[in-house]
Amino acid sequence: MHPILTLVVQRLALGILLLIAASALIFGLTEILPGDAAQAILGQAATEENLANLRAEMGLDRPALTRYFEWLGGILTGDMGNALTNKLPIADQIGKRMSYTLFLSFWAALISVPLAILLGLIAVRYQNRWPDKLISGVTLASISLPEFMIAYILVFFFAVKLFWAPSFANISPGMPLLEQLHAISLPVAVLTLVVLAHMMRMTRAAILNVMQSAYIETAELKGLTTFTVIYRHAFPNAIAPIVTVVMLNLAYLVVGVVVVEVVFAYPGMGQYLVDAVVKRDVPVVLACGVIFAAVYIVLNIIADLVSILANPRLRHPK
Amino acid sequence: MSKELEHLSAKVAAGQMTRRDFMGRAAALGVSVVVAESMLSSAAQAATPTKGGHMKVGLQGGESTNSLDPALAASTVPFQNLRAFGECLVNVAPTGDLDFRAAESVEADSEGKVWTFKIRKGVEFHNGKTMTSEDVLKTMQRHSNEDATSGALGIMQGIESMKADGDYFQVTLGTGNADLPYLLADYHLVIQPDGGMDNPGAGIGTGAFKVEVDEPGVRHVFTRFENYYGEMPHIDSVENIVLNDNTARTAALQSGQVHMIDRVDPKIAALLSRAPNIDVRSVAGPGHYVFIMHVDTAPFDNLDLRLALKYAINREEMVEKILRGYGSVGNDFPINAAYPLFDASIPQRQYDPAKAAEHYKKSGHDGSPIILRVADGAFPGAVDAAALFQQSAQAAGIPLEIKREPNDGYWSEVWNKQPFCASYWGGRPVQDQMYTTAYLSTADWNDTRWKVPAFDDMLLAARSELDPVKRKEIYSNMANMLRDEGGLILPMFNDFVEGVSTSVKGWIDDPNFGMMNGFAPHKCWLEA
Repeated sequence: MHPILTLVVQRLALGILLLIAASALIFGLTEILPGDAAQAILGQAATEENLANLRAEMGLDRPALTRYFEWLGGILTGDMGNALTNKLPIADQIGKRMSYTLFLSFWAALISVPLAILLGLIAVRYQNRWPDKLISGVTLASISLPEFMIAYILVFFFAVKLFWAPSFANISPGMPLLEQLHAISLPVAVLTLVVLAHMMRMTRAAILNVMQSAYIETAELKGLTTFTVIYRHAFPNAIAPIVTVVMLNLAYLVVGVVVVEVVFAYPGMGQYLVDAVVKRDVPVVLACGVIFAAVYIVLNIIADLVSILANPRLRHPK
Repeated sequence: MSKELEHLSAKVAAGQMTRRDFMGRAAALGVSVVVAESMLSSAAQAATPTKGGHMKVGLQGGESTNSLDPALAASTVPFQNLRAFGECLVNVAPTGDLDFRAAESVEADSEGKVWTFKIRKGVEFHNGKTMTSEDVLKTMQRHSNEDATSGALGIMQGIESMKADGDYFQVTLGTGNADLPYLLADYHLVIQPDGGMDNPGAGIGTGAFKVEVDEPGVRHVFTRFENYYGEMPHIDSVENIVLNDNTARTAALQSGQVHMIDRVDPKIAALLSRAPNIDVRSVAGPGHYVFIMHVDTAPFDNLDLRLALKYAINREEMVEKILRGYGSVGNDFPINAAYPLFDASIPQRQYDPAKAAEHYKKSGHDGSPIILRVADGAFPGAVDAAALFQQSAQAAGIPLEIKREPNDGYWSEVWNKQPFCASYWGGRPVQDQMYTTAYLSTADWNDTRWKVPAFDDMLLAARSELDPVKRKEIYSNMANMLRDEGGLILPMFNDFVEGVSTSVKGWIDDPNFGMMNGFAPHKCWLEA
């Protein structure tokens, strides 16, 4: 078998083990949280009597290990089960919500990744001159502000003052694409501002690092323009660290959108997970947690593979 | 200038401003009397309802874990959904009278023990079935039987037996209760086909709107039910949009994406009301913010210590700083003018550091700090209110130590468990229900551990007393007793503060609950 294929299989097997470990950890943590789903649902309206009734109905009166292995058995056979609280099938809910989250992350990634790399390249081209300083300054400022703050600032100007974009992302399945894009314009802008700096700075650093090499000097000496040197010779050699940080940010765009989803009342996974934690809806928390963990694991495998494929020495090991 | 006048003339039409005041403002703005008069008459014309339109309501208190099952409703969005698609036997009108819905009338025997509801004829469920007294019976059974998980279980406990007989539905109580119809107005008790026994979350009711879209935690859309028996809503459809974030909700109203929002933060209410296209509606209700002490736990088992703490709180300051004036001072019993048979002559307790110090000394407390547990989830501004309390108590020489608890798990771990903490009550339509819920010896939610047989006796006597004068007297005695001996410190009653676009007409203040007791979509209309 090709060594790279072996590596993929190994990493996938390890990933599955990691997922099971993650689910056990999440389950353990939800058990430590005070209260349970029955108490969370009834809240201030809980009496001993209706609590006991609700617990029995949800099966919360059984031992924790039984519940965990029942859930694990379900998920291994592809059944995520039903939510404790509203009894809706979790798979359906996650299907809908995941597609919303992916829709948002996709557009944010589509804008932020090329933009970050382009800005990185420009920053290298004008290293230590005003374009470099401006790009670094603006992106670092936007990453330093908390996400909700950026969101509120954008809402204040573009929704409340100028009426250009809606203040919350009211999106529904039947909407035409253009309307959907209009609805998510502000959340996409916020996400872009949040992830831009990390990728831009990494691109800049990685390329600058390569620019010290002898072959870059050769390329410059044979009379290529600075931009061609960066684009043809420096960038391909800097691709591994850039891809790693891009993947990390893509994972963040899927997993870390909780705050943005809450502020813009966007019906994605983040909101779903937060509600499930508040209501102690353990099967939902587990399902979301495992999916988020899987996103991280898969994107990291891809990042590793790209680094290997981009490096001839790793691609053809002796 | 003309914008301001338009806004003012709309206020006159809505009865929020007198004609005289309006003319005064118009003169101040340099408008002639003739022009001002004509503006007023066009505003009055605009008060004829416009038909049609899609109303959007931005609400907090919705989660992706919500369902349409009436028994499980516990927050604002499920409440608002139930109001749209379902109907109870009766509602409580803004005036405090009964508004008959699925029931047409009700009769009681002389002791208030046997109540017979005449069920309305020709009421249709959204699935086409006709509502019968059997459906009513099954609904009530589902909320009261032994394995019920309903939030209404508590109020159903006094019922001894129920039966359906032709057009009649009969409830027999263990002891007489003059307020039974008010209890059955509880929002959980929505009549469902076959009581919702087979499919409680189907969202089938007899309400004026039927379920169109149900996305828990996101939005719920309802369209007008054309076979509704009663007065038709003016609008075609209503959308309840979940906007839990305060800022997002306010921004949605300001940017014109929704017509109404609930729970406007008192901190920004005054600012928001200055916006030309927005009215802030503040409605006094029975809801209140409290600090509760367990009267059976040291050191709060000492009456003098309790009184010391009651005198050590500055109520006016709290209303002014925590509620920004959108509320009124409390008097250490959970009843105010929003309730029928309220005795307004009970003297108001004032902040009195000297008296507090005196009682504190008499209590013989060892001077160790008294721990007060709070979380912002207890009520909005609870942590700040506790800090104010700490300061005003300090002035009387009483040391309070604030222990901040996480919001998460506050209702299961702190409230009703710890001896001294912050909390809130939403209030109930009648005094009996409020006292029965939290101050009867046997109540599950007796969060002050107030177990006084004499008080219970008065409560039961008032319950079966059909003479309002005598009832009022008993309630007055109970209020005095609780005020002087009870475990609750009640600094303030909070208003329902809501933001409404000026394009929404037909608003009526309803003290029972927010959003006109949930009936804003039924009664309001949208001006084009």
